[in-house]
Amino acid sequence: MELRINQKTYEVDADADTPLLWVIRDDLGMTGTKYGCGLAQCGACTVLVDGNVVRSCVTPVAGVVGREVTTIEAIESDEVGKRVVATWVDLQVAQCGYCQSGQVMAATALLKHTSKPSDAQIQAAMVNLCRCGTYNAIHAAVHDLAGQAVKGDA
Amino acid sequence: MTVRFDAIAHLMAQPLADPINLSRRRFLTGTAVGALVLGFGLPLGSSRVLAATAAAERGTQVPAFLEIRPDNTVRLLSPFIEGGQGTFTAMAQIVGEELDADPATFVVECAPPGDAYFVMENGIRITGGSMSVRMSYPTMRRLGALARAMLLQAGAEALKVPVGELTTEPGKVVHAASGRSIAYGELSERAMDLPVPDPASVTLRDPSQFRWIGKPVKRLDAYDKSTGKALYTIDLKVDGMLHAAVQHAPRLGMTVGNLRNEEQVKAMKGVHSVHRLPGAVAVVAERWWNAKRAVEAIQVDWQEAAADSAVRVMPADFSSDAYFKKLAAEKGPARDDENEGDVAGTLANAKSKIEATYNNQYLHHAQLEPPSALARFNPDGSLEIWLPNQAPEMFQADIAKRTGLDPSRITLHSPLLGGFFGRHFLYGSASPYPQAIELAKAVGRPVKMIWSREEEFLRDVLRPGAAVNFRGALDNDGWPIAIEAVSATEGPTEGLAGKQGDKIDPTALEGLSGKSYAIPNKRIAQIYVKGPVMLGYWRSVGNSLNDFFYESFLDELADKGGKDPFELRLHLLRDNKRLTTLLNAVGELSGGWKRGPFTAEDGSKRARGVAMASPFGTQTAVIAEVSIEQGQVRVHDIWQAIDPGSIVNPAIVEAQVNGAVSLGLSQVLVEEAVYVDGKPRARNYDLYPILPPSKMARVHVRVVESGEKMGGIGEPPLPAVAPAVANAVAALTGQRIRSMPLSRHSFT
Repeated sequence: MELRINQKTYEVDADADTPLLWVIRDDLGMTGTKYGCGLAQCGACTVLVDGNVVRSCVTPVAGVVGREVTTIEAIESDEVGKRVVATWVDLQVAQCGYCQSGQVMAATALLKHTSKPSDAQIQAAMVNLCRCGTYNAIHAAVHDLAGQAVKGDA
Repeated sequence: MTVRFDAIAHLMAQPLADPINLSRRRFLTGTAVGALVLGFGLPLGSSRVLAATAAAERGTQVPAFLEIRPDNTVRLLSPFIEGGQGTFTAMAQIVGEELDADPATFVVECAPPGDAYFVMENGIRITGGSMSVRMSYPTMRRLGALARAMLLQAGAEALKVPVGELTTEPGKVVHAASGRSIAYGELSERAMDLPVPDPASVTLRDPSQFRWIGKPVKRLDAYDKSTGKALYTIDLKVDGMLHAAVQHAPRLGMTVGNLRNEEQVKAMKGVHSVHRLPGAVAVVAERWWNAKRAVEAIQVDWQEAAADSAVRVMPADFSSDAYFKKLAAEKGPARDDENEGDVAGTLANAKSKIEATYNNQYLHHAQLEPPSALARFNPDGSLEIWLPNQAPEMFQADIAKRTGLDPSRITLHSPLLGGFFGRHFLYGSASPYPQAIELAKAVGRPVKMIWSREEEFLRDVLRPGAAVNFRGALDNDGWPIAIEAVSATEGPTEGLAGKQGDKIDPTALEGLSGKSYAIPNKRIAQIYVKGPVMLGYWRSVGNSLNDFFYESFLDELADKGGKDPFELRLHLLRDNKRLTTLLNAVGELSGGWKRGPFTAEDGSKRARGVAMASPFGTQTAVIAEVSIEQGQVRVHDIWQAIDPGSIVNPAIVEAQVNGAVSLGLSQVLVEEAVYVDGKPRARNYDLYPILPPSKMARVHVRVVESGEKMGGIGEPPLPAVAPAVANAVAALTGQRIRSMPLSRHSFT
């Protein structure tokens, strides 16, 4: 089948129900998208499909045929994604880094849809797990990108 | 504390008793990296390494650590592995400060196994116990200074001037008199061929002149980790590699019997082969997804463990809830770790006394990167392996034992860790590398074994469980005069050894033992109970449970005596200037201690709790503010004052406090590994919740640099979090919860 990933076309030979994650990682060799749980629980595998957040570990590859997939490898080709990465680096968000591809993808999708997300919108969008506990840094980074100060009290 | 750590270090270093020959060849293959794995990395020059290995003193073999490339970037081989805690950046700061090279010009990798890298003051090499920086700080500084001296000498030869006329500026040797300078990158070849100077001959910088140590230097890995470029073991690939997935026995110790549908599975798409392994079946395939799907389809007749099973056997009737009840009822015999004054007499005569029983829960490490290992046998029979690990030499020695290969024929790579929290020590049955090696041997091609999350949670070693019976007595004024804690438990080091040692496992009781409160009569004791669960080290180890017990019970004593818990701690620390300062610092950070309950601006009723801990040579004090939302605890703020003596990177310290708070909240609020009928109830994050972003608290950090001996950073901010929360909950609701997680309870 033919896949559109990061604005390139790939011909892949995989079963229709193979999760997109494993096609990206093993067939196409792009390892920035991570496997964490395989159950859409942690979000380490987050990619964008037509600009929307998708958990690639539970998305059958056949479901994205004819659609545009964006992975972390191409995130800096996107203006918003580039700003997200720059802010992630500036605010030193990452610790072990394993979940951060997914976090960056989730933040990029949010900001592309809603350039000035509210606190509630940020909370609803930034749900990926991080075992290192970078949640406050992620929160600060997304607020920074949204052009808001982090609220002093919640 | 140092004594305690040395004890653990000694135990953990046991496998190193087997001699490891540091041959020149292994040294070289160890530093040369697989082509696909890293984009750079010239093998270090052979004559240099040979010359360097003659030097004996710790951390003086400069060419084994440093390569300065023509573009002036500095490649540093770190004795410690990076898993999020920031040690690669810290090492670059420490070495760069004395080398006179900007840490931003460093590229850091984990060093291969080798005697040269035993830089810690306790004589071992592990990444753990929050030891990396504090145990190697002077040595790594001196390493940088030695390298600088070599560059100066090379500069003197190149410029044909006396070395005394030269100085350095970041990245270059400067001859001020003539206005000439030479970049380190141009001098490196010549410098690294020079003999390493006498370690006593170099002078370290005056700390008042530090440019990078003590500053919030940016992490070296931030960009790669924000763009998916960072490579972990699970991401690696070598030519000709096959993928493997595994199905583990439902209970550890069971063995593989008949495979009822082996032929059908062999015929499944993409399957290369089906294998029987100790306690597991595996499928090797061209793609991991095919391997996983096939291995999960195998119908195995699992056999009960043999009586002489080499691994700890999980019984079919094991229930963790029942086990904690059993621990609480254990009567002894107990062994004393601390016994001062007359506890029994004081308790017998006191008018006011209380008793309470606490227990904790088992926990998973739950690092986001599932374990994997990539093994490749080379045509000459030597083995190359990539695996997550916190102790390269121990893993290499274990692999040598398993394969019969001389360690010199095992090249071990230590890629970045996708979180660890204690997960990647040598735990026998709990790691995929033996399987990867066996499969690579069987199929004659490189194999990468990845454990699915479910297989990981089935074999992960767990944070130990304990039940502690406390007794405490108060004087007529309501101040504590006696405390006794008897813990029925098995420490992680005892768990690994499979028996109790001659001395008490310090990792079993730390956090009950080692408290600084002036209570004249105290007894801390352990009843050793060997359990059926495979145990491991979990971030902050014994402190993670024991400080919850002790600091909660201390609040119970305060309540019994009618004392405010903050005032009680100040009273019991009145002769301890360092801890009094620290406790006052966290009080001030929180805007002044107030216990509550009080009504917050949003109308919610809230209260605060306080707790302290003394883990890994560092002192911490925490205040937590909580409310109740829909029957569950909501933690709004954590204020933490931390005194590690002195620090290297305040930004990383603050990040580590945030991370440790997150894990501390996770264990007190939501997390538990429950066993029913010998099996874990949860094998993924759906039924094993870890702290989600919605439950994270704001974190406020104050670093107090007392100037005392440098302590740890990665783990110490964790242990005081849980008791501070539980104490706040008790203040708010009147409910004293003596177990974790709090999600088992409903609050009003």
